[in-house]
Amino acid sequence: MIKITDITKTYGSGDTAFQALKGVSFTIEDGEFIAIMGPSGSGKSTLMHMLGCLDTPTTGTYFLDDKDVSTLTDEELADIRRLHIGFVFQSFNLLPRTTVMRNVMLPLVYAGVAEAEREKRSKDALFSAGMTESHFSHMSNQLSGGQIQRVAIARALVNNPTLILADEPTGNLDTKTGEIVLGTFQKLNKEHGRTIILITHEHDVAEYAERIITLRDGVIVSDSKSHAQRYAKHYEI
Amino acid sequence: MKFNDITHETYTALMANKVRSGLTILGIVIGISSVIAMVSIGTGASNSISSSIESLGSNLIQISPGAEQMRGFGATSGRGNAKTLTNDDAKAIALEVPNVKAVDSQVSSRYQITAKGTNTNTSVTGVTANYPQIRNIEVAEGSFISDTQNNSALRVAVLGPTTRDDLFGENAYVIGKSIRINKLEFKVVGVTVAKGGTGFQNQDDIIYIPVRSAQQYLSGDQYLTTIAVQASTSEMMTEVQADITALLLDRHKIKDPTQADFSVLNQNDILSTASSVTSTLTYLLAAIGGISLLVGGIGIMNMMLTTVTERTREIGLRKAIGARKSDISTQFLIEAVALTLIGGVIGIALGWLISYIVNLTGLLTTSVSLSSVLLAFGVSAVTGIVFGYYPARRAASLSPIDALRYE
Ligand SMILES: Nc1ncnc2c1ncn2[C@@H]1O[C@H](COP(=O)(O)OP(=O)(O)OP(=O)(O)O)[C@@H](O)[C@H]1O
Ligand SMILES: [Mg+2]
Repeated sequence: MIKITDITKTYGSGDTAFQALKGVSFTIEDGEFIAIMGPSGSGKSTLMHMLGCLDTPTTGTYFLDDKDVSTLTDEELADIRRLHIGFVFQSFNLLPRTTVMRNVMLPLVYAGVAEAEREKRSKDALFSAGMTESHFSHMSNQLSGGQIQRVAIARALVNNPTLILADEPTGNLDTKTGEIVLGTFQKLNKEHGRTIILITHEHDVAEYAERIITLRDGVIVSDSKSHAQRYAKHYEI
Repeated sequence: MKFNDITHETYTALMANKVRSGLTILGIVIGISSVIAMVSIGTGASNSISSSIESLGSNLIQISPGAEQMRGFGATSGRGNAKTLTNDDAKAIALEVPNVKAVDSQVSSRYQITAKGTNTNTSVTGVTANYPQIRNIEVAEGSFISDTQNNSALRVAVLGPTTRDDLFGENAYVIGKSIRINKLEFKVVGVTVAKGGTGFQNQDDIIYIPVRSAQQYLSGDQYLTTIAVQASTSEMMTEVQADITALLLDRHKIKDPTQADFSVLNQNDILSTASSVTSTLTYLLAAIGGISLLVGGIGIMNMMLTTVTERTREIGLRKAIGARKSDISTQFLIEAVALTLIGGVIGIALGWLISYIVNLTGLLTTSVSLSSVLLAFGVSAVTGIVFGYYPARRAASLSPIDALRYE
C-alpha cells in the first residue's frame, strides 16, 4: 500500500527554485492498476521517482507498506528497489556495451540469484515484453528505440516486483507491440495481484487502468475511478 | 554480488577502454619493476663491494704512512708519498704485538715494464713471503717469492695473470723468462691465480717482487708504502689495531695520537663503512622506485575518478535497479585493485628480467629477493586499495536520481 500526504518537490534553490510538485496526496491499495496523466512538465516523472524510492520529497510523507520511507537507510531503500519495485524509466537507461540478456539480468545479479535461474527468468521477462530470442545477445547500442524500450520493461519485470512503475512504457512502440506489453501488465495485475502505475499521454493506454490520476502544474486535478472513456472526453475539453 | 559477477563486470569495464587501462597498468608496471630492479641492483652492488673487500684477505689490518686522510677507501689513494714506515717498524710489529699471525711489508709503485718488445705500465709491489697468506693469493704456476729470495734481494718476479697476458700473450708459459722493470732485468718465477677484476684494486694486473729488491733497485730507500698485518682472529682485530697504533706512536716518538704520521686501517671498519654506504645506496634506489610506484598509484586514482565521472549514469542506473552501496564500491575498488595486480604481476616479471639482464652483462651479480617481490606485490595491492577507495566511495554515495540525470 502506498500512502502519500502533501508531497512537494522543489528543484534548485533561491531565485532558480522551481516547485515541480505542490502538495500531492493519495492512497494506492495493493493490486491497483493506475494511470497517471497530465501535460508535459506537470510533474509526473518527478512523482514517479519519489514512488520508486529514487528521490526524496522536499516536504510531505510517503508511507510504503506502512513504512515511512524518509526514515529508511540507503541500504534499506536499495533493498526495496531491488526486491519490490520494477522501474521503467522515461529514457530507457540500458547499460552501454552490454548485451540485452545481461541488462535484463542485472537486478538478479544484485539479488544474488543463481546463474541458471537468472537466465530462465530473464528469457521469460524478455518474451513477455515482446522481444524475440534472436536479439538476446545483441549489444544494447545495436537496438532500435522500441527494442530498447522492451528490454527496459523486461528488466523491470525480471525480479517479480510487487510494484511496477512505468514512465511512458509504450511511447516508442507500435500499436501491436504496445498491446503485448500492456497485456503483460494487465496479466500481472489481474492474475498475480501486482500493483501497476504507469504514466501515459495516450487515452487508449490509460483505458487499461482502473483509475486515472491527472496532474497539472504539480497538483492533482482529477483522481477518478470512473470509466476511462468518460475521463478522456473530459480531459480533452 | 557473486565473485563471478564481479570478475565479469571488472573485465567488461577494463576492456571498455583498453588504451586507458593499458596506460594505467603501465604506470604500475614501471613503479613495481623499478622497485624490484633497483633493490636487486643495490643488493648486488653491496654484495660485490663486500666480497671484494673480503677478497683482500682475512682479518687484515693495513698500516699506511702519512696521516689518516679518509676512513675507508682512502687507503688506495693519497698514501705512500710520506716516508715514515720502515722495515724496522714491520719487524717490531711482528715481534712485539701479540695475536699477530703474519706481517708483510710492501713497497708499491708503478713502473714501465718491457718484455721482448712489448711493454706495459703496471703496479710493481715489493712483498714478503707472507703476502699470499695475508691477501688470499694463490700461485698458478711456479712459486711465490720466498724468504731466501727476499733476504738476498734477488731480481725475481711473480706476475699477475693480466700482466702476463699483456706482456707475453694469453696464457703463455712464462716461468724462466725475463722482464725489465724500470730497465732492470727480473726473472719470472711464478704466476698467480686470477682473482677477478671486481673491486677497487685489481689484483690480477700486478707484478710482485721481493720487498728488499724493490727497496734496493727501484725506490732506493728503506721505507715501506704499506705494512699488512693479519690478526689471529677476527675478534682480536680491534685490540691488535690499538696495540700497533701504540707501538708505532712510541717508535715514532709521537705523544699526541692525532698527530700520527701513519694510519691503521682495520678491514672490518672498511667493510662496515662500505656496507653503510651501499645500504644507503639501496635505500636511495628503492626510494626512486617507490616514487614511481606512487606516481603509478596516482595514475590509478586519476583513471578511476575519470571513470566514475564518465559512468555516473551507469552508477545511477545500477542503484536504481537495487544495487547496494557496497555493490558499487566493491565494483570500483576491484577495478582499481585489478589494475594494480595486473600491473604488479607484469612489473615483477619485468623487474626480474631487468635484474637478470644486468646479471648477464657481468657488471654485478644481482639477486631478486623474495622479500622485495612480496613487498612490491603488497605495495601494489595497497596502492590499488588506497587509490581506488576514494573514487569507489564517491561512486557509491551518489544519489540514484542525481546520477541518472547527470550529463
Ligand atoms: N532536476 C531538475 N531540476 C530542475 N527542474 C526540474 C528537474 N527535473 C524536472 N524539473 C522540472 O520539473 C517539472 C516537472 O518535470 P517532470 O519531469 O516531472 O515532468 P513530466 O510531467 O514527467 O513531463 P513529461 O510528460 O514531459 O515527461 C518540469 O517543469 C521540469 O522542468
Ligand atoms: Mg516525464
